[in-house]
Amino acid sequence: MSAETLSTFPMGGIHPKESKELTEKLTAEVVPTPSQIRLFLKQHVGAPCKPQVKKKDKVTEGDVVASVEKLGANLHSGVSGTVKGVVNALHPMVGNARALVIATDPEANPKTYSPVDWTKFSREELIAKIKDAGVVGLGGAGFPAGFKLDVRPDVKIDTLILNGAECEPYLTSDHRVMLEHPKDIIEGAKIMLKILGIDYCAIGIENNKPDAIQILNRAIAEDTLRNGYKIVVKPLKVRYPQGSADQIMQAVTGRARPSGVRSSVIGIILQNVYTTKAVYDAVALGKPLYERIVTITGKGIKRPANVMVKVGTSIAEIVDYLGGTTPDLAKVIVGGPMMGFAVSTLDIPITKTTSGVLFLTKDEIDTEPHLPCVSCGFCVDVCPMGLEPNNVSRYVEAGRGADTEEFGVDDCFLCGSCAYVCPAKRPLVQFMTMAKNSIRESKKK
Amino acid sequence: MTGTQAEATTVEEAGKALPPKLFVSISPHFKATETVSKIMWTVVACLIPPLVLSVFVFGFQTLIIALVSVVSCVATEAISNRCLKRPVGTIKDGSAVITGLLLAYIIPPGVPYWMPILGGVMAIYVTKVLMGGIGYNMFNPALIGRAFLVATYPVAMTSAWLPPIRDAAVFKYMGAGVDAVSTATPLYILKHYGIAEVIERFGSLSVIYRDFFFGWRPGCIAETSALVLIIGGLYLIYKKYITWHTPVSVIASVAFFTWIFGGEKFFTGNPLLAVLSGGVIIGAFFMATDYVTSPTQVTGKLIFGAGIGALTVLIRLKGGYPEGVCYAILLMNPLTPALDRWFKPKRFAPQPEEGA
Repeated sequence: MSAETLSTFPMGGIHPKESKELTEKLTAEVVPTPSQIRLFLKQHVGAPCKPQVKKKDKVTEGDVVASVEKLGANLHSGVSGTVKGVVNALHPMVGNARALVIATDPEANPKTYSPVDWTKFSREELIAKIKDAGVVGLGGAGFPAGFKLDVRPDVKIDTLILNGAECEPYLTSDHRVMLEHPKDIIEGAKIMLKILGIDYCAIGIENNKPDAIQILNRAIAEDTLRNGYKIVVKPLKVRYPQGSADQIMQAVTGRARPSGVRSSVIGIILQNVYTTKAVYDAVALGKPLYERIVTITGKGIKRPANVMVKVGTSIAEIVDYLGGTTPDLAKVIVGGPMMGFAVSTLDIPITKTTSGVLFLTKDEIDTEPHLPCVSCGFCVDVCPMGLEPNNVSRYVEAGRGADTEEFGVDDCFLCGSCAYVCPAKRPLVQFMTMAKNSIRESKKK
Repeated sequence: MTGTQAEATTVEEAGKALPPKLFVSISPHFKATETVSKIMWTVVACLIPPLVLSVFVFGFQTLIIALVSVVSCVATEAISNRCLKRPVGTIKDGSAVITGLLLAYIIPPGVPYWMPILGGVMAIYVTKVLMGGIGYNMFNPALIGRAFLVATYPVAMTSAWLPPIRDAAVFKYMGAGVDAVSTATPLYILKHYGIAEVIERFGSLSVIYRDFFFGWRPGCIAETSALVLIIGGLYLIYKKYITWHTPVSVIASVAFFTWIFGGEKFFTGNPLLAVLSGGVIIGAFFMATDYVTSPTQVTGKLIFGAGIGALTVLIRLKGGYPEGVCYAILLMNPLTPALDRWFKPKRFAPQPEEGA
């Protein structure tokens, strides 16, 4: 194994300081049920949910409280209590968003689930269960898992990839899920293989998580009811942004997804390892997705930890449980340091796709003004998609964002590698976003 | 808020313990430690050894020329930014210091002190500041400074060369004007009298190679020793601030074209002498690699370097000047945007062609 060269994606990429040691060894601890939860009506790709409950309705843990007809995912209450209505709450990505408020009944007992034999369910039943449980991609994208697995019969799929790269520095929630629930992940993989009607699944894990690689390998070896499925772990070289869809698909299978098409075109379905565990919960336990592990980390928090929290819990309550923030706290980021969103307040609810909250101190943040581009080309060297952030940024500065389509800015998934290496500290991700917006607007006209 | 009273209070307290404001910005939220000024000052550090060596070869005159040039460049940037109401702090990024050093390194060390002052104004104010400041200049500032001086004061700029000092007379040339002491550079002799005369004046070829490599010959600061310049350039490559493509391509191209066209007959030129003399080494490592005025992609860099080499040889053999590196780089500089446009990075997986 050691002699074998680890696979990785073909071009670009960076290796920022991982900083995972703060939380990678900490077992996920359950945060006490919050006084209330606020569930954003849109926590997924697709249409927002419509509330299915009225003010003053009583709900119990696991009840559907909002749902959507088309592409989307049901919302479930993680607590038993009383519906307080719909409010506007601060969302880390979209500013204000509508959220359903449920006040917790402190007397209620937590609900328990026991596993059933899922192999008796048909493909359609399995998909229905995943859709009903509101499972979405937990790596951050939030694409409804049931819809992704419901592949049209004419599309030929041969590989299921589980994404356990977790290439964002600091974050360890996927790592903890792999360590704490390896069997659930293998079962979840088998469920998805059955739905897809294929037998091959590869789990891509970066080599900085040898314990996860070992534990999953053991879980695969101990699994005696394999039903002819072939599940393998693929250790990957540590390199950011390995966990991005195109990069991990290329790293694991060597297949590159052409720009602008779905990954199913190259025969691959990609799911995050945590999503896989949620699929298992939904199918075998009948447990909807209403709680998750979130990594609370950084020098700006008194006690970094991996916490199991109900979706809708305010970050402020988690911070309070962990003993508060340090006096030199300067920046709070929902998500990882490379692609996360900085927020102005802690009064923000956790969503299904919140994998971590990062607290950075004064000396760790960058407040220097940026300089003009000096054309060093570092950004071009690290771009995993082979784009030219330097030229795009200059076009945008010159007011010609709409002319940047030839640079392939639509391929940019905002990984931030360019801005990370830029010696002029230019906000290249912002320039890329502005270029995308300009192109979209010019096409509307 | 209908949580229990106790919980509500603790949440509120947690809120109060927060600092007054949290910074908000777009991702990524942490960055590599490289900065433009760190890179520039590293280049400055790599340019210091040739200067120190030149003091041993030509005395303190070179140090004064370098100081005058650097002060002129930095002061020009500060004053012009002040007048144009731009931030004056840009002088701290080190790029004006590099321009000042490079300008001093490529003019004859025997020129009067006002010449590097004038060259510095031309390099910084006209070539850089007027074009928009760092990142916007089309031409290498130091080279424009030199080109301007050569065009305006051709006599001084082509004759104020100093022979290496023989005793420890380090103060010998200080304040010396154009007429005081002057000698001819190997390239000048090569151009006008041929290789035999070079050997006549500087010793056998192996002695010439040795002296040129370690630095003992008439010339400018940058011509003293190829060795220290190469060490500086290799350090920049090691730090990944520059890549090997441009320097290697410049040097290989000079050697190649000199070998073909440089002799009495085809394929009899002396490539080693061509590479070691004049500004080839400093041009290849420190000027053709200037970020702003050179291409960013590998193919572009190789063509850029090859073009510089070819033009250098053309000017040396057929042009009016004995040395051509300066004009060769200046002629290639404006091709940079085109080269970057023609030779783009390979995309991850571009959209398949229609109907493919």
